Amino acid sequence: MAKRIEAVNVSAYYGSFRAIDNITMTIEPKSVTALIGPSGCGKSTFLRSINRMHEVLPGAKVDGQLMIDGQNIYDRDIDVTAVRRTIGMVFQRPNPFPTMSIYDNVVAGLKLNGVRRKAALDDACEKALRGANLWNEVKDRLNRPGAGLSGGQQQRLCIARAIAVEPQVVLMDEPCSALDPISTLAIEDLIAELKNQYTIVIVTHNMQQAARVSDRTGFFSIDSTGEPGRLIEYDDTAKIFTNPSVKRTEDYITGRFG
Amino acid sequence: MTVGSHSARTRVNLKAQRLPKWAPAALGAGAIGVAALAVHATGFGGPVLTGVTAALLFVVGLAVLSAVVEGGRTSRDRIATSLVYAAFVLALAPLLSMAFTLLSKGTERLNGYFLGVSMKGVSAFDDAGGAYHAIIGTLEQAGIATLITVPLGVLGAIYIVEYGRGRLATLIRFFVDVMTGIPSIVAGLFILAFWVLIVSPYLNNGRPEYSGFAAALALSVLMLPTVVRSTEEMLRLVPGALREGAYALGIPQWKTIVRIVLPTAAPGIVTGVMLAVARACGETAPVILVALGNPAINFNPLSGGQSSLSLYVYEQAGTASKYAPGRAWAGALTLVVLVLTLTVAAKLLARRNKLAR
Ligand SMILES: Nc1ncnc2c1ncn2[C@@H]1O[C@H](COP(=O)(O)OP(=O)(O)OP(=O)(O)O)[C@@H](O)[C@H]1O
Ligand SMILES: [Mg+2]
Repeated sequence: MAKRIEAVNVSAYYGSFRAIDNITMTIEPKSVTALIGPSGCGKSTFLRSINRMHEVLPGAKVDGQLMIDGQNIYDRDIDVTAVRRTIGMVFQRPNPFPTMSIYDNVVAGLKLNGVRRKAALDDACEKALRGANLWNEVKDRLNRPGAGLSGGQQQRLCIARAIAVEPQVVLMDEPCSALDPISTLAIEDLIAELKNQYTIVIVTHNMQQAARVSDRTGFFSIDSTGEPGRLIEYDDTAKIFTNPSVKRTEDYITGRFG
Repeated sequence: MTVGSHSARTRVNLKAQRLPKWAPAALGAGAIGVAALAVHATGFGGPVLTGVTAALLFVVGLAVLSAVVEGGRTSRDRIATSLVYAAFVLALAPLLSMAFTLLSKGTERLNGYFLGVSMKGVSAFDDAGGAYHAIIGTLEQAGIATLITVPLGVLGAIYIVEYGRGRLATLIRFFVDVMTGIPSIVAGLFILAFWVLIVSPYLNNGRPEYSGFAAALALSVLMLPTVVRSTEEMLRLVPGALREGAYALGIPQWKTIVRIVLPTAAPGIVTGVMLAVARACGETAPVILVALGNPAINFNPLSGGQSSLSLYVYEQAGTASKYAPGRAWAGALTLVVLVLTLTVAAKLLARRNKLAR
């Protein structure tokens, strides 16, 4: 049931500062799309506009259209919570709820959206934790605090939490940047599995990671500080990394910054 | 020149000359000895002056010794450390002295009898009477005030932190700040004029009604700003990442606040509320003004005068009877123990909800 996302002329602002400018791209269902680019070019901002998390910050607003299933999520009659339930998000830093157990963390999205049946919650918890490759590590201590796990485990807990509500799309903002190589590998494997069911968009600074996990890659950049970020090139990952059509992409990928 | 000799010549020296471990203790003992001889033995001053002289000698001696042996930075470090300890002792002294006085004088009359009877019919010549009526008054007044204040204060803080943007929130914050500075007598006068003299006659056949409830209202006025401000601070400490994590699951904002933000901030909020309760329990002026006091037991906070522990202490301290001061001390000790018990209980309750690490 993964969904296609079509961004049409999306611009995002922090107050009067325009952070991204006229992004138009189509994100295919059941695929992994990587967003790469230098720091401050608006990758996170764009990612957060996809599930309406951008507007959580005071003064932040988004222009343009973001179509899912033929509906523009920025239309006035859209239910924001429904959008966010459909498009889940995993953040750069693991953020488990500190007052909750592992179990409660995983089912938080279901429980707080009205699912009461214990059996349903138990099933969802196991399924999500298995999906996030965490079940074997935590199945004996589900009622211990989620904040007591290691960083990598916490991040997988957050992924489990995000997929427990069965979204159509999962957005990941540098999900591995705080993790060791082994946890990173676990999460990359996980992304490869999740791809069978979900549409995945991942922001990463790690070129190898982008090349390994993604089907398509979008390269963002800015002309200079203070300018808005733009989508420079968007193509199949194989093409971007072997034979990019834009010089700036090639410079960035080969390490000549730009 | 070989690489080896180069690295040996420029080897960083990480060691430093240190005073032996026993030096400060020995210096302290020496300072006390010298001070005792120079000040106490000569009759120049008492124990306090001796202590101060010893402390000064110790700091100066340590600073000089350390500067000579260990160098300037360590010497300054030792001076600062000594000053911090001195400040700590100075700050602790009144507290310990008060606790000691309270315990030594308060325990004399504090017993089951004192806690179980009121002052009804006790004359100046009777070695009798207790604080039962005052304990009831304090519990009821502070309890009602807490019931009024906590929902209002926490909701107000939630508005300021989670929803309020722009003018209104700034205005509310400003007025909360102004309220913090209201003297308790003014709060009492306000409730006297507003509730007792204007509103209560409608509920009581045209006659103004002094009551424990009116006292609770006055205490609420005093507690509200403390509760709002401390809750506000605690809510601000909850990381935005937690809220975003909840929003990203499609959890509505109000549920995020109730189920995630408030539980995370709960221990801090409880501390703030208990500070406010402790302050309310100690207030005397508003109780005198609007609850009048009452030597007899009055369980009904809605009608008739009521006493409170702080009012009881005030009354007994001013009563011309040789038994009154003992009752005042016992009342004061009861009040402190009561507030302490409530605080500890509330903290335990707030902690129980937290998961065991
Ligand atoms: N909360 C904010 N308020 C104001 N400006 C912001 C805010 N967050 C980001 N920006 C600005 O928006 C621009 C894009 O930021 P964004 O976080 O999207 O970059 P990024 O591509 O994710 O960078 P990185 O790779 O370092 O995470 C930057 O110029 C940044 O300074
Ligand atoms: Mg970013």
